[in-house]
Amino acid sequence: MFDTIYSTLDSGFMNALGPAMGPPAFATAWALAKVVSVVVPLLIFVLYFQLVERWVIGWMQVRRGPNRVTFFGIKWLGGFAQPIADALKLLLKEQIVPTGANRWLFLLAPALSVAPAMAVWAVVPFMPGWVIANADAGLLVVLALTSMGVYGVIIAGWASNSKYAFLGAMRSAAQVVSYEIAMGFALVGGLMAAQTMNLSQMVAKQDGAYGFAEWFFIPLFPLFMVHFIAGVAETNRHPFDVAEGESEIVAGPLVEYSGMTWSLFFLAEYANMLLVATISTIMFLGGWLSPFPHSVPVLGAPSIFWMLVKMMTLMLMFVWIRASFPRYRYDQIMRLGWKVFIPITIVWIIVVGVMMLDPVRNWAPFSIWFGKLGGN
Amino acid sequence: MTFQSIIFYIFAAILIVSGLRVITARNPVHAVLFLVLAFFTASGLWLLLYAEFLAITLILVYVGAVMVLFLFVVMMLDINFDKLREGFWKYLPVAATVAIAMVVEMVLLITSKNFALANKAFGAPPAAGISNSKELGRILYTDYLLPFELAAVILLVAIVAAIALTLRPRKEAKSQIVGDQVRVKASDRLKIIKMDAEKEMPPESTAIPTPPAA
Repeated sequence: MFDTIYSTLDSGFMNALGPAMGPPAFATAWALAKVVSVVVPLLIFVLYFQLVERWVIGWMQVRRGPNRVTFFGIKWLGGFAQPIADALKLLLKEQIVPTGANRWLFLLAPALSVAPAMAVWAVVPFMPGWVIANADAGLLVVLALTSMGVYGVIIAGWASNSKYAFLGAMRSAAQVVSYEIAMGFALVGGLMAAQTMNLSQMVAKQDGAYGFAEWFFIPLFPLFMVHFIAGVAETNRHPFDVAEGESEIVAGPLVEYSGMTWSLFFLAEYANMLLVATISTIMFLGGWLSPFPHSVPVLGAPSIFWMLVKMMTLMLMFVWIRASFPRYRYDQIMRLGWKVFIPITIVWIIVVGVMMLDPVRNWAPFSIWFGKLGGN
Repeated sequence: MTFQSIIFYIFAAILIVSGLRVITARNPVHAVLFLVLAFFTASGLWLLLYAEFLAITLILVYVGAVMVLFLFVVMMLDINFDKLREGFWKYLPVAATVAIAMVVEMVLLITSKNFALANKAFGAPPAAGISNSKELGRILYTDYLLPFELAAVILLVAIVAAIALTLRPRKEAKSQIVGDQVRVKASDRLKIIKMDAEKEMPPESTAIPTPPAA
């Protein structure tokens, strides 16, 4: 339904407004409209996801979570206005720049953190054709821009001129760089299987008659697990959140930030979490494809509904992990990244290579899973 | 002037200014950040040439990994800025010679008839359906397979050599034996003893002991 509306809009507006406004002006306006249509839902999602997170953690710990702030005093909406109240509070808070801080870099750091986290969404498709820029090297763009995100944290730690912030920045930099390798290798396995770096074509490759059995998470299961866990580590989320480590270094790089500058880091973290969930969905869980076979009447059709369901399930996993596990020790984090995940991914890349060979691909009992790996 | 050339001149100006600031910035951390900006802008210029794979790889490899480690090291150095500026005039002639040699080499390369770089159709959009990264991959893994693999082996040797040169066994270094840690059971650490919750106290011990006279 959405895609027909979208394509009608795309061609309709192009024909109607294009000649009137002149092609370059129209193309710019249309691109801006597309950007807004992705970024605004993203911001609203981040705002409300942190409410969901607090609720879920509350329920897991047998308490209620936020349930007071409400709209117009309606009791059963208790908690729904909490994110808005929080955002207002953060907006109105005073910005404090420490005396010893490097003022420019201190204020630049949150922007450097949030800009790549937002820019990546340019290449992420939500439905066939429903993407701001259908880049051929989409996966590379995602990798490149997520690797930029670490600068925000490092610069924040250094510019704050505080020991806690600096320690946190060092931890975060080492951790993110280490886990990026495992994550990159996991994605290499995915792109070997899909034979493309275009995210839309990657989903198309997982389409087939058998529904969820066709998705890449079955032949690439270890890579799927490594990608998701490395994603948790890369976004500095629990149980890998030693960069913030409240019990040891207060709040790490964020310790000197207040109000809006702090909330930009927060925004970047949640946008990055959603990105990890989305890339996992697209590469391993079939994106917008239905888990049911195409022959099932309504449920079998691909739709953005399935995409959102899968993304939200993975986002809930982030919350469950946060509420369930104690924090890792720093040396354990490094060991897990370098000595467990990287070897697993390297071995599985070789296994994927073997699965792509012709005799193995066409081997009857496994041809559902291996048959679509590789090839063109 | 087309829109693309306006963009080109903006990017080129940013690139030159940030390149200059890399060597003139007083603070090494600022210098590294300007180098990051220079890489980023250079990758923008490559995108203008439709070299999307190279542009993204430049960001992925240099900005995303190499410069992070650079920044990591530079931030932890305890640098005396005045000492760093000493001997500027002494080293200037040598540095200028090297710089001039590099400029001459570049001009020779660009203007050379054998390469004819000026006549190559840079910046022409690729034909529809041709993927930049796919074509590069095809060429690297067919025509240039041997040089490519050689480069990979040299890099691997460099990695191993870097570790071999810097890794020295230290006597005071402590490390954990992970296998032992994983094998630990609760019964090794914790002993549960059965005992009564309450105990009948002998009557004399209930009396409060009198403090010794001062």
